[in-house]
Amino acid sequence: MTGAELFGLFGHFLLLSLLAVGGAITTAPDMHRYLVTEQHWLNDAQFTSSIAIAQAAPGPNVLFVAVLGWNAAGPLGAFATTAGILLPSTVLSLWATRWGSQRRETRFVRSFTNGLTPLTLGLLLATGWVLAEPYVRVPQYRWGALGLIAITVLVMVRTKASPMWLVALGALAGVLGLV
Amino acid sequence: MSGSASEATPPAAPANLRELFFAFNRLSLQGFGGVLPVAQRELVERKRWLDKQQFVEMLAVSQVLPGPNVVNLALMFGDRCFGVRGAMTALAGMMLAPLVIVLLLTVLYGQYSHHPLVSGALRGMGAVAAGLVISTALKLLPTLRRNPMGRWLALGFSALTFVTTALLRWPLVWVVIGLGSLAMALAWHRLARAEPPQ
Repeated sequence: MTGAELFGLFGHFLLLSLLAVGGAITTAPDMHRYLVTEQHWLNDAQFTSSIAIAQAAPGPNVLFVAVLGWNAAGPLGAFATTAGILLPSTVLSLWATRWGSQRRETRFVRSFTNGLTPLTLGLLLATGWVLAEPYVRVPQYRWGALGLIAITVLVMVRTKASPMWLVALGALAGVLGLV
Repeated sequence: MSGSASEATPPAAPANLRELFFAFNRLSLQGFGGVLPVAQRELVERKRWLDKQQFVEMLAVSQVLPGPNVVNLALMFGDRCFGVRGAMTALAGMMLAPLVIVLLLTVLYGQYSHHPLVSGALRGMGAVAAGLVISTALKLLPTLRRNPMGRWLALGFSALTFVTTALLRWPLVWVVIGLGSLAMALAWHRLARAEPPQ
């Protein structure tokens, strides 16, 4: 990757940082569009496995961004994407919490929150779709993957079990060749 | 965070930056598949640095702000304790060790990715990752009932966002600017009708 492309990568993640209302994962569909569809730096399988690796490791989910950067352009790529996704939101967050906490009940802050909540939820569903699609498209993996997704959703909605056990279950199902 | 909740002294507080760093380091390393549940247990129940109410208020603000939620939460908590230095310390505590671990895993995976057991395990975890995201969305959908736009309009915005980003693959920036400002304007209008003028 050239220096200019690396800078473009950094710039794109700077922008995504400010659009990540509802968490970094909600921008995954756009990362996919940029990294896979537009720039061809990653393929579908690399994109999804990057997120799966981050899920398998401890720590905040946002780390999948570092893995995407690493897989697209090595250590510099990881630095570009991680710094990009963290910088603007960190600055804004520090400034806005001081400003907004005194104005939480004003109509401006409330319309901001309430206006963006539905978009956040739509983006979460879109992220689930983008993550599941590469498996569901392949007939060989389709039913196993759909089964795992259904079990995950059921357990998460109905019980208070830790996601850690589901990640382990997924790994086991994969090792046994069920997915 | 206005009113008495923020003025009430928390039951305890980190003594220094070092304690803050290691507290966030510790909670982050326990967070497989998400740090938020662990953060609640550590900060509220174990350390008693926040009470439940304070935690929920911080979480609400961190979700409205752009950026990773749990990172915003760490920044806010650190800022509240020691100002900007505290915010940076909490952020570093939360990110550094897991970042090293995840990059090591990435390198290892690169070497063994052709091994069928490894790629199988990753496939299984990938499907679970998709399920985790979908279930988070499903758990939060009922909150739209209390949206000032009304449930159906709000659901309509969610559906449009899904179609434009997941199926049509439009750039997110235009979706947020277009649909987002429309939704905010509608919320503003409905709130104005419901409230006496300020």
